[in-house]
Amino acid sequence: MIKKGMVLMIELVEIEKQFQGQVVVKPLSMVIEEGEFLTLLGPSGCGKTTILRMIAGFEQPTSGNIVLAGKVVTDNPPNERDLNLVFQHYALFPHMTVEENIAFGLKMKKIPKEQQKERIAEAVAMTQLTALTSRYPHQLSGGQQQRVAIARAIVNKPKVLLLDEPLGALDLQLRKNLQTELKHLQRTLGITFVYVTHDQEEAMMMSDRIVILNNGQVEQIGTPKEIYSSPRTLFAATFVGENNIFTSPQGSFAVRPEKLRPQRSEEGSMKSGVIQDVLYLGNVHKLMVVLDQVGEQQALTVTIVLDSTDEESWRVGERIGVNWNPKDEVVIQS
Amino acid sequence: MNKSKWFFTPVLIWLGLFLIVPMLIVVAMSFMQRDTLGNVVYSFSWEGYKTFWDSLYLGIYWDTIVLSITTTVICLVVSYPLAYYLANSSPRVQNWGLILITIPFWINFLIRTYAWVLLLRTQGVVNSLLIHFGWIDEPLQMLYTKGAVLLGMVYNFVPFMVLPLYVAIEQIDRRLLDAASDLGASRWKAFWHIALPQSKAGIMTGSVLVFVSTAGMFVVTDILGGSKSSMISNIIQAQFLGARNWPFGSALSVIFVLTSLVLIVLFSRVMKSRSDRTREGGKA
Amino acid sequence: MKKKGHPLLGIHSALMMIFIYVPIVLVMVYSFNNTRLSGDWKGFTLDWYVSLLKDRHVMEALTNSLIVAVVSTIAATLLGTISALSMRDIARKWRGPLNGVLYMPVIIPDIIMGLSLLVLFSQLHIPLGKSTVMIAHITFSMSYVYVVVNARLAGMGRQLEEAAQDLGATYWQTFRHVTLPQITPGIISGALIAFTLSLDDFMVSFFVAGPSSTTLPIYIYGQVKRGISPEINALCTLLILVSITLILLAQYVLNRGKGQKKNKMLPF
Repeated sequence: MIKKGMVLMIELVEIEKQFQGQVVVKPLSMVIEEGEFLTLLGPSGCGKTTILRMIAGFEQPTSGNIVLAGKVVTDNPPNERDLNLVFQHYALFPHMTVEENIAFGLKMKKIPKEQQKERIAEAVAMTQLTALTSRYPHQLSGGQQQRVAIARAIVNKPKVLLLDEPLGALDLQLRKNLQTELKHLQRTLGITFVYVTHDQEEAMMMSDRIVILNNGQVEQIGTPKEIYSSPRTLFAATFVGENNIFTSPQGSFAVRPEKLRPQRSEEGSMKSGVIQDVLYLGNVHKLMVVLDQVGEQQALTVTIVLDSTDEESWRVGERIGVNWNPKDEVVIQS
Repeated sequence: MNKSKWFFTPVLIWLGLFLIVPMLIVVAMSFMQRDTLGNVVYSFSWEGYKTFWDSLYLGIYWDTIVLSITTTVICLVVSYPLAYYLANSSPRVQNWGLILITIPFWINFLIRTYAWVLLLRTQGVVNSLLIHFGWIDEPLQMLYTKGAVLLGMVYNFVPFMVLPLYVAIEQIDRRLLDAASDLGASRWKAFWHIALPQSKAGIMTGSVLVFVSTAGMFVVTDILGGSKSSMISNIIQAQFLGARNWPFGSALSVIFVLTSLVLIVLFSRVMKSRSDRTREGGKA
Repeated sequence: MKKKGHPLLGIHSALMMIFIYVPIVLVMVYSFNNTRLSGDWKGFTLDWYVSLLKDRHVMEALTNSLIVAVVSTIAATLLGTISALSMRDIARKWRGPLNGVLYMPVIIPDIIMGLSLLVLFSQLHIPLGKSTVMIAHITFSMSYVYVVVNARLAGMGRQLEEAAQDLGATYWQTFRHVTLPQITPGIISGALIAFTLSLDDFMVSFFVAGPSSTTLPIYIYGQVKRGISPEINALCTLLILVSITLILLAQYVLNRGKGQKKNKMLPF
């Protein structure tokens, strides 16, 4: 949906990628706005990295066009596109220092020495690398290397920054810290970020909009809120966060675990069943309930998530009723 | 950046001209014959191959195959424990061991063969030592015997066998051996049923290398064997550089290459069928 | 996880190493032996080395060997490096056969290579001399350079070059600033290997060298056929030392460049 006054940074027009007869990316059209943080989210092999590489210029779309800031760049090689890519494994030049790595893009464009110094200093400050400029990549930790990769990209002031699962190789704590830093960086710089990840929590936390991909197919595009509360397909409903899917011959609908309410008595409840498991996770606790079989259908196990406002003690084997507000049902297209 | 692929052209031309074409000419020449003056007659003839089908040459051909196979087997038996030991040693020992094993590769065959002349001749080191210690009175005739040739061959090609074996053994997943011993296998059984089959690729590579190299090595028979022992490679060499019967030499070369190929294919079939049975054991 | 091996394995391995090195060491030791005929030790001398320097034939063979080695090394390194670099851009279906062709000089027995080149030169009426030996050496050396440089390229992957392009580098800029520095250790190693192979080669050279282009190994062969002599011991010793030094140097260069696990210098 193109709103008035919105600046289009990237336009993908019917992009398709086939590889040896197999369709890796099904025809896709979408727009990415200036200054937005857009994430391509999906499991391995869904085509997200391929799309990113097509935007960057390392893969040629089998058909379709890529438009960057109004200019068609489909046939342009990567070094002629005004965007930069942060590689998954950083791809830092091992024979150059941190400073030389960062300076590389500026050197290639023959920016005058004075300006180079200024811009490098800016990028280094922004990524907190000031003390490390004369080190070599192999002397840095994973997190530091990642910062160098980012600094090396942003120093060129690209219109768009592409990031290919940049935090994949880092451990959990470091990942969480860097997620915040990257989000902050994007806001400060104000440039468009196109981010690729398979981690849905990461996507939810950082993005303005998320594109959910599965097997080369776009499942849904929307803000994190839209995707979470109104998933349109089965895949979208179950890939982001946990969900309970109720199927009937008339169709399917989903209800999030936190929207289900357990009841001590089975009377008046929409469904009833037996508690199979009680899991305590710190800030929330979960009930796994096996619902009673209805007719021919298989027994469904639902997850109920309760926070600290629920002080009841639920026991395994207990029979309970399960209730929810019909407004919280989300209809799913199969 | 597809334009860089065209840079391959000079390489292709070079190899085509100096590798492929010469061998094609040799094959063609094997079907020609020479006249009384020693010049090649450019007409089709089976003469070269017919000359080969003679008891003298067939005998030498057979001797060559026997010698090559014997050398290969001895090298294998002698090198395997060494490779196994290296592959299971500490990184330091492995490092130094590898350097020591690799160095002989880069020393000229001639020199390595010549060293045995120094050792085995009547006034050589071995005889001197034996006489000095009083174990014999007269010097032994060791040079110019079949034994000397075999020794020289094995000596020259042990490094060719050790390295591929080492590489293959080193890559064996140690956890397989652990699993075997957990299931009750003794060290020998674990070796025989697991380590050995897993190192098949190394045995293949090493054996092929040694076999082909042995068959083509006329230097060893020349220097250590004297006039009595001859291999096909000595005959081939003589045709090109002495007797000037190039068509015959070409025919012998073709036979030599074909024989090697056939034996290699047979050998790999044998290896493959046995390793296919091992592979069915499932992935680790 | 190291398993404690059977003690016999260690003993056998030590014996094998002794077996491999004793003959070589003996040649070197006897090059200093102050006697011409006997196998006993009769004192230390450098006479044999001195007489080598004075020998016109030896010096001529040495000169020939060096000229051939230098020229063939330069050409082989160039061709081998180009093959490795351009192979990456060649369509997948052609890579198998082309790889095969590049490996052929390594697999083909020296004798076959020698005689087939001899036949070629005679058919083309090219007289045998230093240039024919050079051609032969270039042909087999380039394969070794290809193997070494290829290994470096494979270890490098495409990511670094893509990163350079993404940062605005053209094809040549990428090559100059990123690819070349990465493969330089491989190129130098390959060159050292090529040089050693050329110096050491006997069988192929034997077929294609003319009467006036005797190389050192061919000279040694001629002498050995006549019998042993301490001068030959001295010459062999020198050749051994030079070869070992060059190869250890090549290994060192390669490992310094890589900075990680060692890369073995395999001639195949």
